[in-house]
Amino acid sequence: MTSQAMGQRLRYHGFRLRNRPDLIIGFVCLVALAFLVLAPLAEIILDALTLQPYDLAYIPDGVVGSFSLFHLERVFASPLSPALFFRPLLNSLAIGFWVTLIGVSIGTLLAWLLVRTDIRCKGLLGALVVIPYMMPSWVMALAWISLFKNDRIGGSQGFVAGFFGVNPPDWVSYGFFPIVVTLALHYFAYAYLLMSGALATVDSELEEAGATCGMGRWKRLWRITLPLLMPALGSAIVLTFIRILGTFGTPALLGLPVRFFTFATQIYASINARNNGDAFVLALVLIVIAISFIWINSRIIGIRKSFVTLTGKGFRRREVRLGLWRLPLTVAVGLFIASTVLVPLAILLWESLTLMAGDYRLDNLTTYFWIGQGNVRLAYGESGVLLNDGILRALWNSLKLGILAALCNGVLGLLVGYAVVRGRGSRLSKALEGIAFAPYIFPSIALGAIYIGMFSSPIGPLPALYGTFAILVLITVVKNLPFTSRTGIAAMLQIDKSMEEAARVLGIGWFRRMARIIVPLSMSGLVSGMLLTFITAMRELSLIVLLLSPANMVLTGVIFYYQEQAMPQHSSAVTLLLVLIIILVNVLVRLISRSAGVGGLKNG
Amino acid sequence: MEQIGLSGIRKAYGREVAVHDLDLTIRPGEFLTILGPSGCGKTTTLRAIAGLEELDDGEIHLGERLVFSRRRGVVVPPEKRGVGLIFQSYALWPHMTVQRNITLALEEKGLGKPEIEARAAQALETVQMTALRGRYPSELSGGQQQRVAVARMIALRPKILLMDEPLSNLDAKLRLDMRSELLQLHRDLGSTTVYVTHDQAEALTLSDRIVVMDRGRVLQEASPYEIYHHPRNLVVAEFIGEPRINLVPGTLVREGDALHLVGDGVRLPADRARQVRGERLTAAVRPENIRLSTTPVEGWQEAHLDDVQPTGATTILQVSAGGTRLRLVRPGFLRITAGIALWINFDPDTIEFFDPDTQDNVSAP
Ligand SMILES: Nc1ncnc2c1ncn2[C@@H]1O[C@H](COP(=O)(O)OP(=O)(O)O)[C@@H](O)[C@H]1O
Ligand SMILES: [Mg+2]
Repeated sequence: MTSQAMGQRLRYHGFRLRNRPDLIIGFVCLVALAFLVLAPLAEIILDALTLQPYDLAYIPDGVVGSFSLFHLERVFASPLSPALFFRPLLNSLAIGFWVTLIGVSIGTLLAWLLVRTDIRCKGLLGALVVIPYMMPSWVMALAWISLFKNDRIGGSQGFVAGFFGVNPPDWVSYGFFPIVVTLALHYFAYAYLLMSGALATVDSELEEAGATCGMGRWKRLWRITLPLLMPALGSAIVLTFIRILGTFGTPALLGLPVRFFTFATQIYASINARNNGDAFVLALVLIVIAISFIWINSRIIGIRKSFVTLTGKGFRRREVRLGLWRLPLTVAVGLFIASTVLVPLAILLWESLTLMAGDYRLDNLTTYFWIGQGNVRLAYGESGVLLNDGILRALWNSLKLGILAALCNGVLGLLVGYAVVRGRGSRLSKALEGIAFAPYIFPSIALGAIYIGMFSSPIGPLPALYGTFAILVLITVVKNLPFTSRTGIAAMLQIDKSMEEAARVLGIGWFRRMARIIVPLSMSGLVSGMLLTFITAMRELSLIVLLLSPANMVLTGVIFYYQEQAMPQHSSAVTLLLVLIIILVNVLVRLISRSAGVGGLKNG
Repeated sequence: MEQIGLSGIRKAYGREVAVHDLDLTIRPGEFLTILGPSGCGKTTTLRAIAGLEELDDGEIHLGERLVFSRRRGVVVPPEKRGVGLIFQSYALWPHMTVQRNITLALEEKGLGKPEIEARAAQALETVQMTALRGRYPSELSGGQQQRVAVARMIALRPKILLMDEPLSNLDAKLRLDMRSELLQLHRDLGSTTVYVTHDQAEALTLSDRIVVMDRGRVLQEASPYEIYHHPRNLVVAEFIGEPRINLVPGTLVREGDALHLVGDGVRLPADRARQVRGERLTAAVRPENIRLSTTPVEGWQEAHLDDVQPTGATTILQVSAGGTRLRLVRPGFLRITAGIALWINFDPDTIEFFDPDTQDNVSAP
């Protein structure tokens, strides 16, 4: 090829790129995401396989950066292994198994009752049942501690011990049993959302197909309903299981006091002990487990169908008549939902109003921990929650984190959706879609560990982000990307290509096309995606616990800190504050967007 | 008025070639129609002119300006081509009022406020939509949406108008009205217009010139008169005209000085047929060009009337002669009943002959 022909080819592709903003956006997103998702993974694999400065305590004559199986040996084949690896592994798997089994069963049952039967008060119950989704997953654990704390740890006593004078046995107060129960009472809401969406859509398909060819009721259930529900059920199981693997708050609150470790808490402990190498190896094992699960699921169900995301449009068709059971079942569901939402919040409220922790008599009630100020004999002189600078700063940080992450995710979801849909069929589009989905496979705590590995030292012009506020935003955005990019793609698919092409032909440039046409038309999807990110960011602990420092403290971190310091009134009050704000913002955004005509917001 | 020049444009989707090395020049001020069955590459060609389709090869000139050449490394984006395009779906922005749909692009152009107002008002006036300027597209009927799309386009005063099956979503009656309105618009604006349709009647009524496409290739490029009377091959012959042209396969027979085509039960004068290698030919006769008598006429062939379909202004007759079935059209609402005998005759000048192997027209000019 002559140099002239070469020049013309280059010129052509230059022109072509100017003509295809989606290619540029797609490429930039791809590179950025590779940097934020794949590079950190490569980094911790590398770190896990080489000697790090902190290892020199064990191997004084080692060369930093040289290849070594030291971390692998420590984790998998050393006297420490049972404590470091095998016991946490068994604990995590057992917890994962039981919570998934119980949570998905409850969620599916509730979904069936609320979508397919003539149970009463559907609207109210349906609205209440997703509230756990808006609360931190460990609210239930806090409530549990308040209820069942025993004298094993010292400090104050729990509700039960205080009221009845019976000390609950250890297995009730701490460890495996309460962890499973409290997690299951939270995560059923995720399964509910997935299954109710699936049940609502299966309904119509079932009516078309099954009834017309005269299938019997059970045959229809077996041959049509179940296969159609399988993808949703599969994702509910995998999703719940991966979340449980990566969850930190509950096993920390209920497990650490009795030195009961899961993978997540062991990673936390290793990082605290400056044994990052161990934590990295454990994080990698978690990721491998998560990937295997996704793989098995996609094998059974088929790759395409296996990634059902949350949609919550629940509409009834033909309803199963509950007959005599109608009222009792309504009451039972109502009580169950109340016990998962109202009871823990009520307990926390009471707890936050007790002067001396563990004394639940009425004359022990006080508002000190909400609005009291600097009494040195109480709570180490910490002021009440609403007047406490540290807490208010954390609250501000949480809000900032939620809003920034939501905005970033909104923009990113839009851009990824735009690039993926416009480039449909191209390799770039597929790669982008794939990589935007990748964070899904990282259990939260593992992603946090990965980010420690990646961002604890400067990268090129980028300063070390560890301990800064920016890294919290970054990791939250990345973790939520699978969901928001899916929302973005779905929103973009609904906008006919000709909407934008008409604008192009009329001479309207890219920015204005985005601002005036694409964004307004995809607003409703974007808003619900952003709202979800906000909620997730506000209540998140597992993801960011490893990255928190006094400088970037957020509310969830504060709660955890107070709980560790045995200051249950503070942690309860802050928790309530947090849940209140999340619900408030949720309601507010829905009201605003409804009145602005955005409409069509989905649950979840 | 601008000329449009397409030379050697090609577009493939994977293995499937949508447009094959197409050459086409559209003269300044001309109303040119691209006609062809669905999937033949019309939309692709039109979108290539607008710049919405990346071509694999070829060059496009708009006026003097080269807007696309892969070899020379030129791609002018659609924003900068200054053409007007009407989409089949109209592509109105559903979240904006009619007025806003029109003014958005004017603002982008950097026009002053009074100028924008004036142009929008004039465009709305032209399509008689002034009263509905405050409505949203979803509050308009199909025909009204169509008008808004037209107004949005002409407010920018493009020199080139591109229309992709603009009438296909309208009901039959409205379609006829809009047809003449679009033609009037073309004349008033003095623009060069490329119109895409699969409706041969639309093409015949509107166009200065028609390009018939099939499977990504141009079959014929000529005036409506020429296309109708002298189709270049069998595909064009069959595609144009309603009711469809009659095809009579047969053998060429020389009888003294005269040539005849002898088919199954019919004989047609074939003086215009040029010699071909074999003796088999296909004759094509338009339904209105077969003469008809209800009483015997010397030298005419007897036939049997199978079916009568009056449409009001015309009557379509199904006739069989031997094994050959023919369609005839007569003006007016004929009151005859099927089953009687008829006598038919052919006008030698109106018969076109085709080689059944190559499908090409082999008639003498
Ligand atoms: N985006 C596309 N991807 C793949 N094939 C396409 C695409 N657009 C058009 N085609 C194919 O190219 C051919 C021509 O399409 P088009 O120009 O839209 O036809 P027409 O407008 O004449 O109906 C068709 O066979 C169609 O299937
Ligand atoms: Mg088309």
